[in-house]
Amino acid sequence: MAHHSDLIETDILAYLKSQEEKDLLRFITCGSVDDGKSTLIGRLLYDSKLIFEDQLAAVSADSRKVGTQGDSIDLALLVDGLQAEREQGITIDVAYRFFSTDRRKFIVADTPGHEQYTRNMATGASTAELAVILVDARKGILTQTRRHAYIVNLLGIRHAVLAVNKMDLVDYDRQIYEHITAEYEDFAEALGLQNIHAVPLSALTGDNVLNPSTAMDWYDGPCLLDILETVDVTSDITAGPFRMPVQWVNRPNLDFRGFSGTIASGTVRKDDPIIVSPSEKTSFIKSISTFDGDLNEARAGQSVTLTLSDEIDVSRGDLIASSESPPETTDQFAAHVLWMHDDPLLPERQYLMKVGSTSVVAAVTELKYQVNINSLEHLATKTLGLNEVAYANFALEHAIAFDPYKDVRDTGAFILVDRFTNATVGCGMIDFGLRRATNLTWHEMDVSKETRAKQKNQKACVLWFTGLSGSGKSTVANAVEKKLQAIGRHTYLLDGDNVRHGLNKDLGFTDADRVENIRRVAEVSALLVDSGLIVLTSFISPFRDERQMARELLAEDEFLEVFVDTPLEICEQRDPKGLYKKALAGEIKNFTGIDSDYERPENAEIVLAGGDHSVDELTDQVLALLKGHSYI
Amino acid sequence: MIGEITHLRQLEAESIHIMREVAAAFENPVMLYSIGKDSSVMLHLARKAFHPGHPPFPLMHVDTTWKFQEMYAFRKRMVEESGMDIIIHINQEGVAQGVNPFSHGSQVHTDVMKTQALKQALNKYKFDAAFGGARRDEEKSRAKERIFSFRTKNHRWDPKNQRPELWRTYNARINKGESIRAFPLSNWTELDIWQYIYLEDIPIVPLYYSAERPVVERDGTLIMVDDERMPLEPGEEPQMRSVRFRTLGCYPLTGALESTAATLPEIIQEMLLARTSERQGRTIDHDQAGSMEKKKQEGYF
Ligand SMILES: Nc1nc2c(ncn2[C@@H]2O[C@H](COP(=O)(O)OP(=O)(O)O)[C@@H](O)[C@H]2O)c(=O)[nH]1
Repeated sequence: MAHHSDLIETDILAYLKSQEEKDLLRFITCGSVDDGKSTLIGRLLYDSKLIFEDQLAAVSADSRKVGTQGDSIDLALLVDGLQAEREQGITIDVAYRFFSTDRRKFIVADTPGHEQYTRNMATGASTAELAVILVDARKGILTQTRRHAYIVNLLGIRHAVLAVNKMDLVDYDRQIYEHITAEYEDFAEALGLQNIHAVPLSALTGDNVLNPSTAMDWYDGPCLLDILETVDVTSDITAGPFRMPVQWVNRPNLDFRGFSGTIASGTVRKDDPIIVSPSEKTSFIKSISTFDGDLNEARAGQSVTLTLSDEIDVSRGDLIASSESPPETTDQFAAHVLWMHDDPLLPERQYLMKVGSTSVVAAVTELKYQVNINSLEHLATKTLGLNEVAYANFALEHAIAFDPYKDVRDTGAFILVDRFTNATVGCGMIDFGLRRATNLTWHEMDVSKETRAKQKNQKACVLWFTGLSGSGKSTVANAVEKKLQAIGRHTYLLDGDNVRHGLNKDLGFTDADRVENIRRVAEVSALLVDSGLIVLTSFISPFRDERQMARELLAEDEFLEVFVDTPLEICEQRDPKGLYKKALAGEIKNFTGIDSDYERPENAEIVLAGGDHSVDELTDQVLALLKGHSYI
Repeated sequence: MIGEITHLRQLEAESIHIMREVAAAFENPVMLYSIGKDSSVMLHLARKAFHPGHPPFPLMHVDTTWKFQEMYAFRKRMVEESGMDIIIHINQEGVAQGVNPFSHGSQVHTDVMKTQALKQALNKYKFDAAFGGARRDEEKSRAKERIFSFRTKNHRWDPKNQRPELWRTYNARINKGESIRAFPLSNWTELDIWQYIYLEDIPIVPLYYSAERPVVERDGTLIMVDDERMPLEPGEEPQMRSVRFRTLGCYPLTGALESTAATLPEIIQEMLLARTSERQGRTIDHDQAGSMEKKKQEGYF
């Protein structure tokens, strides 16, 4: 067991040889506070002799001070002693621990956080091949146990071990154990969890952790470590179809052009036929190149460099796959999404989605339902908050190749990144494609944007006015439009009045509705620009993300952001529609500047100092901008 | 039935994956090279990751000027062998002020010649990603460190603002001036490092092997008298003893270990039989509890 191997002392060379054959298991421990996670991990670390004397000395001292075990050492302190964190109130999320036995090396994802538990557990579970789900024998299966099992299943972990802990506190009672396992098996089966094991144990005494328990001779199954050492996880990923996302194009000289990546699934051999997505070009594997020489075969988990027998275009973000079982490509799919940020997910807001080595702009088009992860009930929802899980439809800016997450983790998983803060705000697991990318091409019209604009003797663009209510957006926009009319330009002004009453009358003022409001306005503006008009829009448009989205719907230089920067105090004084008064009195909710944010533009083409200048002056500044960009 | 991929090969593949991801996603990466065994492994992995090409980034050594002579010789040799460029950065202000570990103490010396020096270098060359050889098993507070560790414009590590990291899908997005530290060896343990060095026959500084070396004993720690800059206290006489080092840093701050282990298998054997964790050799950690955490926030690795 562990490093007890006498070989270390007697024949170190033989020992080292034996160590070369060890493999690796990544697992996660899940449990509620006080179920004994830390004690269990501490026990595994301690008994596998991976605790060094100085660490042990520190822990023994701590044990006497703060431990729960009197004079004997408190194993839990070995792992949850993040002293600085506790003192500074830093969120503890996922910590990784290591131990090894003569058969395997283990990486344990330990998620001691309480409040952020779902997010943290998902993070730890994403790289785990096995989950140990702890329950306290005295308490049995709790709501949390179901939640943990749900997340284990959601993240696609194929091996779960139910560890019924603290058996010493229930007199090692067989009936209690059997009652708990029966209940667990019922709902694990309902969830679809495969490969269920259960072990009665005591993390504190070590019974059935590393060694069979004499107190529980009624149990004749393997102890926990036996399961951890022998479970077969390799075939999980090598059995699938061959997939390799291209990370890096290796082109050191004219004679070598290789595509580097980590094989996500399956195996690949020299001469295998492959297809590159999304270009759908096909070729054959010419060589599997590594620093240690060419290989005849490589498989999931290996990082290699492939060369192909044809000179086809392949770049980072492409997926090289078996052409016998190619991946799907789509620009719309259904997926589970887990939200990881304080700012909620808003449908139609654009996020950066990263799948494998490819990145694409994506938005949720429909939140089908939220899953209550305690009861597993489906709930209707308009937004998704921190630690919440939903099933949703996504639309992507362009098609990507993917696999359902349950088939291949690496090509079916994605993270969502906020386009401004760059924070990782969510993650997801693709379920299925909603439509095949049928190479949908635009019908080439004979009449183009350019010809339409030319007919009007102008260049089309959008003047996107943004600013607080009462800042003067509409007044200035109106004055600019009049001037443009006067010099013979063809224009259209979109503002709250002509849009909120018709096109957008179904929308209110929640964040989600504001996003949708602006999305529609942006789309309409883009159509109007296509028709050759100079478009003026006058909306508060408080969020950077949506202004960015509008900008990206148009060609470069067609979108001119006009930030009417009038101080809030002045807007409040002006209060032309009496709205600030009502908002301050609490009669209107979600009013920008009062109880809803305005995110100031950072790269506006022009900033108008609303408080300091007359309408005429501001109008002239906008006209000067149009001249500068040769629109007039 | 296909055999399993061994643990060292899995760790190797993961490190290579991380390096390729950084090289592809960042404009101006650099590999921090400290000459120690972890750096040796990191460099070896980088050469594997981009073979048959060269790693598409330079090495950088932040030199405190107090490293062992054998480390400087080894650095020279590795640069020649790898064909990579190396940037050697020394905090010249620190040198001008005569900062050294003897008169200024380990804290000030490390802060000025290492932490500040590193910031200077990162600012000077505008690196947006820096590889470091830190491992999660080195110290409890590192156990939760990300593989892509986000740093603000001032190179600070903000523990409350680290990004969740899932699968092998790393978020490489940063704004101008911000950067990341990437830790490709995160999931390696000290034992893995040694076993891999053995398996792959990776060159390491000879100081890791035992030999007769001149040392003095101070506060129970054996310090090697590596050059004439080391002031000897009255009555102190360097003695030749058979010693080796578990970690390498500035020679006046690095404790030696009495040992006769002169080959890799013997070192590994000694390590498995002895029960003292490697950070003990680093004087810097003894200053105060939780000090790693603090150092990291300030920009030290
Ligand atoms: N009697 C008994 N106590 C245990 C066992 N496992 C853990 N404990 C105790 O339960 C408490 C919580 O354990 P800890 O490992 O900190 O739980 P965590 O919050 O899940 O990490 C501590 O007082 C442990 O000593 C066990 O198997 N038997």
